[in-house]
Amino acid sequence: MITKRIIPCLDVKDGRVVKGTNFKGLSDVSSPVELAKYYSDSGADELVFYDITASAEGRAIFTDILTEAARNVFIPLTVGGGINTLSDFDRVLKCGADKVSVNSGAIRNPELISEAAKRYGDQCVVISSDIKRVDGEFRVFAKGGRIDTGMEAISWIKRCVDMGAGEVVVNSIDTDGVKGGFDIELLRLVTEAVKVPVIASGGAGSVDHFIDLFRKIPNIDAGLAASVFHFGEIKIPDLKSALDKAGINVRI
Amino acid sequence: MIAIVDYGVGNLFSLRSSFDKIGAETTVTSDPDVIRRADKILLPGVGAFEDARRKLSDSGLDSVVIEEAKKGKPLMGICLGMHMLFERSFEYGKHEGLGLLRGSVIGMEGTIPKGLKIPQIGWNALRIRSEHPIFKYVKDGDFVYFVHSYYATDCEDSLLATAEYGREITAAVAKGNVCGAQFHPEKSGEVGLSILRAFAEW
Repeated sequence: MITKRIIPCLDVKDGRVVKGTNFKGLSDVSSPVELAKYYSDSGADELVFYDITASAEGRAIFTDILTEAARNVFIPLTVGGGINTLSDFDRVLKCGADKVSVNSGAIRNPELISEAAKRYGDQCVVISSDIKRVDGEFRVFAKGGRIDTGMEAISWIKRCVDMGAGEVVVNSIDTDGVKGGFDIELLRLVTEAVKVPVIASGGAGSVDHFIDLFRKIPNIDAGLAASVFHFGEIKIPDLKSALDKAGINVRI
Repeated sequence: MIAIVDYGVGNLFSLRSSFDKIGAETTVTSDPDVIRRADKILLPGVGAFEDARRKLSDSGLDSVVIEEAKKGKPLMGICLGMHMLFERSFEYGKHEGLGLLRGSVIGMEGTIPKGLKIPQIGWNALRIRSEHPIFKYVKDGDFVYFVHSYYATDCEDSLLATAEYGREITAAVAKGNVCGAQFHPEKSGEVGLSILRAFAEW
């Protein structure tokens, strides 16, 4: 049976991983290439590279870094950040990305999803959504969680999947950074609403939070986190073996 | 030298990088002569069967691949490239394959239990059904990465490995010099690289 996936996310700015790390054996803790190899070797099932660069120069460095990482890491790579057009898809796919995640770009132009799905296949298009509770409903936020779009989240995600998004990343702004666990209520609603794989993001602070996630929502496909992995608070091999002991099917 | 057949479908970056990593020489090519001179042929592919099959025949490369395979040259198809090795596919209609292996390609929709997500995306364990040189470094239960909505069936005479996804799904096939993987060895970490290495050494 297919395993639950554990996915570290690397925020990259001007070619460097933003959140520092303290891993032994890594000569350069903020090198995306080194870190990608480290995670791949320690059992990560997939990697997300998120480009938070604003400048064109930074973007060019990002694509170089991505190419270098993709030459050295042989697990699936998803790239997000600054994806607004089909040529952005093209740019990162040529550098070795397997999937491309869109957020603000799809909010501005939802057709981007259907056009990309038609050209590259549904499996290549990931809708990533930043979601927050506002006035008793779940709202979609744009621009890295800064702008309330006014759109209700579940219907937005369903619409994206109908247009061809092959996978959904749900990032709960309410639980993000709090390290109090994933947003079970929101994630349950999303997994009930769509048939494509759903990746949980925002709130992981301990191994138990991942166990809790997969136990409470058996239909969720993956857990994504950034800082808890980068700071070494959770080591992926320990996490995997704890999940395995808890009876959750993982790749070991 | 391994010829990676470039017929305009899919991204060949990862495959090329994987062979570079294991030190095997490859050429990405759409030149029939290069394919004829190569020691081995790798047929990649992502996307839809009909479109890929048409591109392969429009370029005339289908007959070159069939000819070389019939002469005994090792040939490996990956994902949609594996689907094309079979007699036919029922992906959006009915389409002729290259006919190098016996069997058909069918959809998961309606043939796997309801409630399972389609496509199958993720890591699944191989259940090895018979021994083969391309699996010489692989053990039963090793995990590989799948992304697909269609799979090969009625292919008992070439079945090498399956993976459980509501039912036993064909994961790898081989008969004589022709083999194929449903999963992506170029995305399956060390296990995947070891399969490509075994193919290069075969």
